[in-house]
Amino acid sequence: MSECNHGSNNSRRMTDKLLTVRDLQVRFGEGEGAVRAVDGVSFAIDRGETLALLGESGCGKSMTALALLRLLPQPVGHIAGGQVLLEGQDLLALPEMRMRQVRGGRIAMIFQEPMTSLNPVMTVGRQIGEVLAAHKGLKGRAARARSVELLGLVGIPDAGRRVDEYPHQLSGGMKQRVMIAMALAGEPDLLIADEPTTALDVTIQAQVLELMRDIQRETGMAMLLITHDLGVVAGMADRVAVMYAGQLVEQASRADFFTEPRHPYSRKLFAALPDMDKRDRPLTVIPGTVPTLDQSFHACRFADRCASAWRTCHEVEPAWLEEADGRGVRCHLYDPAHPNPPAAGSEAEPDRLAARSAAPRDLLEVSRLKVHFPIHKGLFKRTVGHVYAVDDVDIHIPTGRTLALVGESGCGKTTVGKAILQLLRPTAGSVRFDGDELTRLRGEALRRRRREFQIIFQDPFSSMNPRMQVGDIIEEGMVAQGLVPDAGARRQRVEELLEQVGLRPEHARRYPHEFSGGQRQRICVARALAVEPRLIICDEPTSALDVSVQAQILNLLKRLQLELDLAYLFITHNISVVAYLADRVAVMYLGRIVEEGPVDRVLTDPQHPYTRALLSAVPRIDTDTGREVIRLEGDIPSPSNPPTGCHFHPRCPQAMERCRQAYPDRFERGSEHWARCWLLE
Amino acid sequence: MRVKLPAAILLLWAAAAVLAGALGLDPDRIRLELILAPPWEAGWLGYDDLGRPLLDRVIAGARTSFWVALWVVSLSAVAGTLIGSISGYLGGKVDRVVVHVIDIFLAFPGILLAIALAGILGPGIGNVVIALSLVGWVGFARLARAQVLSLKQREHVAAAIALGSRRRRIILRHLIPLLSAPLIVEATFGVASIVIAEAGLSFLGLGVQPPAASWGSMIRDGTRYLLVAPHMVLVPGLAMLLVVLAVNLLGDRLRDRMDVRLR
Ligand SMILES: Nc1ncnc2c1ncn2[C@@H]1O[C@H](COP(=O)(O)OP(=O)(O)OP(=O)(O)O)[C@@H](O)[C@H]1O
Ligand code: SF4
Ligand code: SF4
Ligand SMILES: [Mg+2]
Repeated sequence: MSECNHGSNNSRRMTDKLLTVRDLQVRFGEGEGAVRAVDGVSFAIDRGETLALLGESGCGKSMTALALLRLLPQPVGHIAGGQVLLEGQDLLALPEMRMRQVRGGRIAMIFQEPMTSLNPVMTVGRQIGEVLAAHKGLKGRAARARSVELLGLVGIPDAGRRVDEYPHQLSGGMKQRVMIAMALAGEPDLLIADEPTTALDVTIQAQVLELMRDIQRETGMAMLLITHDLGVVAGMADRVAVMYAGQLVEQASRADFFTEPRHPYSRKLFAALPDMDKRDRPLTVIPGTVPTLDQSFHACRFADRCASAWRTCHEVEPAWLEEADGRGVRCHLYDPAHPNPPAAGSEAEPDRLAARSAAPRDLLEVSRLKVHFPIHKGLFKRTVGHVYAVDDVDIHIPTGRTLALVGESGCGKTTVGKAILQLLRPTAGSVRFDGDELTRLRGEALRRRRREFQIIFQDPFSSMNPRMQVGDIIEEGMVAQGLVPDAGARRQRVEELLEQVGLRPEHARRYPHEFSGGQRQRICVARALAVEPRLIICDEPTSALDVSVQAQILNLLKRLQLELDLAYLFITHNISVVAYLADRVAVMYLGRIVEEGPVDRVLTDPQHPYTRALLSAVPRIDTDTGREVIRLEGDIPSPSNPPTGCHFHPRCPQAMERCRQAYPDRFERGSEHWARCWLLE
Repeated sequence: MRVKLPAAILLLWAAAAVLAGALGLDPDRIRLELILAPPWEAGWLGYDDLGRPLLDRVIAGARTSFWVALWVVSLSAVAGTLIGSISGYLGGKVDRVVVHVIDIFLAFPGILLAIALAGILGPGIGNVVIALSLVGWVGFARLARAQVLSLKQREHVAAAIALGSRRRRIILRHLIPLLSAPLIVEATFGVASIVIAEAGLSFLGLGVQPPAASWGSMIRDGTRYLLVAPHMVLVPGLAMLLVVLAVNLLGDRLRDRMDVRLR
């Protein structure tokens, strides 16, 4: 049934394809209960072309990539069928010896986590040297010279010195470049990049993506880019393949895909993206979850979640329908063999959200907040310096409003959040909550006060005690604060909370590991709500989640804000989330806030050069708007030794002499919008 | 095989210890005509220098070593875990003091310390338990402390603090339940070393007092007749060897299993 009509008419074109994958099947385990992680995937990549494989976590993207290289986790994973043709030669039939030559030689791969895929005890040069020796026969001096050359090529400054360094001496972005250099060392025809920039900051991501594009232009290498980020796809891909539950559900050129996605799943992915225009209504969500893959399907895999589904969808598995130009989709809506649905499930516009309370007053006032961590060294643990994690931060949040705190990794966002909650004691400064100074509270007085301000963490896995049932987890605050003394009433309240965050009452008796990432994050929200707080600090609550799940959590947070008049400090590096959710934005760089203002003003008319660079680096899906990425050189400096004057001057494209000497004052730009930059003087 | 045999040995040991009373043993009965009789001449395992049956005595010895091991491991695990967790969680001055105490204990070989303590406390099985526990808690405390130091960075602990949970609850509900795995491994290996330590103390006369039986004291009695009646040393010695070996084999297996599950 997944037989495509690329039989005879394609066999001529086949010759100029670099890689052709036909009906690839990957199974985990044997027999009836085997998980069909990849179930009949077919695609082809030309020389010099980039194919983006798009899909949410668990849909089989990485397994497809690993299967191409025959690197599936042994012994459970195995290839159960199909062909992988590299210029006509079937890789699945090659003996392991020859396959080793292909890996790193003709096909190279880079992984998501640069930290774990480099060998920590070998210098960068030796790791590149190994690839050179294996595939290019280069040794000794020649190999070293080539390694330095490659490091230069991937934009590592001072390559002659870096070549002798160990991975831990490099920053995340540099490690990812080293990975790319290693991948390029064998001069591969095809580069498989599995979420190559997911672990990186946007500004670094922009550098790495640009580098990959440049190299591709120079070498004519083809690329299989695996990602879940539509923005990255828009900036990189020639063609797009969308994967769902082990199958491809749509394939199209980038232009076609972004102007008119066909499969209902693809369309939902676009609709679930947050942005400024959707502010006044809930985001579209995809109900339900991806089906488990240990079954055989006799229906559309998306049927239970699809708004357009009709009877046929639940009875017949849709076939792959391909047009002459290679555009394909797997959906009955486009199949002339099936009578069209009675009435295409109309997708009603979600209701607008109610207006919010007027005239809020300040709930949280943070001024001149400083958090310095001492650095200890030597035998006697002498203090040899400080990490200036947070250095002079002012923040105001009114009741029922959201302030977004954005900035690159390590700039001090989490530390600000923890210092506000007194989970870390600030070095200096004041934190006033509803008029009371929190930094002076201690012991029992502080403990009592804690019910009014809560926190939701980024990682929904480590933020719950794995040995406690969900009911006990949610109850924790009520018990600690003595809110609902009667155990029966408390259980009742737990069930209400579970319903409030969209879970079921019986979930109270389960353990955290039985839930998906999005569900866990809901439990964390319920736990925080249980003590009826007025302020919640959300520390990147959606960055570990897929877009469709992110939409659910954002909707939840937005609804709760309206219902309960909650104030949020929303820490994130995702600008579209900011645009959707925040009222005001504060941009943080190296421990200080460099710009703050109303969300529409800051995002559309940024004043500080760093804000401009940050915004321009965000990959966006509207690719036609001829937008220039402002390229920032280098990485964030260390907060233990910040640059003199304006902290941003070593990377600032507009730096002047004055910037090196004095830290800029605060300059107002219209009401409630200010930035710290000498240009505004 | 790697599990079944050691498990069987340990079950036998436990059964001997628990059922010793019900078996109608007679470890102190003297039969002068059978003094030093080797196993092949009389009884199952022969007789000792006073004509007492070695089978009965070795079972009585099993009982001694089993209960000593159980008590010492329980006491030192509970005390060590509590001390280590509290110290690691509180940090600061309390922690520095505890770390110093642990370091001091670790500076001496455990068995020497136990001998000294037992010497001060005086002979007797109760004092053996006290002496060994006083030495044994250190290992648990060190392990628990190290784990708590990393566990307390976990966000679920931060969330509990943010909700206003009290320290006591955080330590008991959010930290200690999560540090079980390595402690269980430590406890398992602890059993083996305590069996040896108890035998050592009894060998030196610091443990059970005659005529009560312990593997250590049986070996001591036997050394005097090593050449004429080697079975007096071999019987308790082999019993001990089997138990220690079985515990260590099982401990290894347990460690391998637990490592896999330590995400
Ligand atoms: N307990 C600590 N001791 C010493 N330094 C610390 C400590 N906690 C954080 N830092 C340092 O303070 C700086 C700010 O850290 P913080 O976690 O606040 O950054 P962040 O903006 O939240 O980054 P991310 O986006 O990666 O979460 C970093 O350089 C970090 O290494
Ligand atoms: S086949 Fe039916 S259920 Fe599946 S995506 Fe198309 S319309 Fe939706
Ligand atoms: S003060 Fe100078 S260095 Fe800093 S952001 Fe402005 S122009 Fe750039
Ligand atoms: Mg953070």
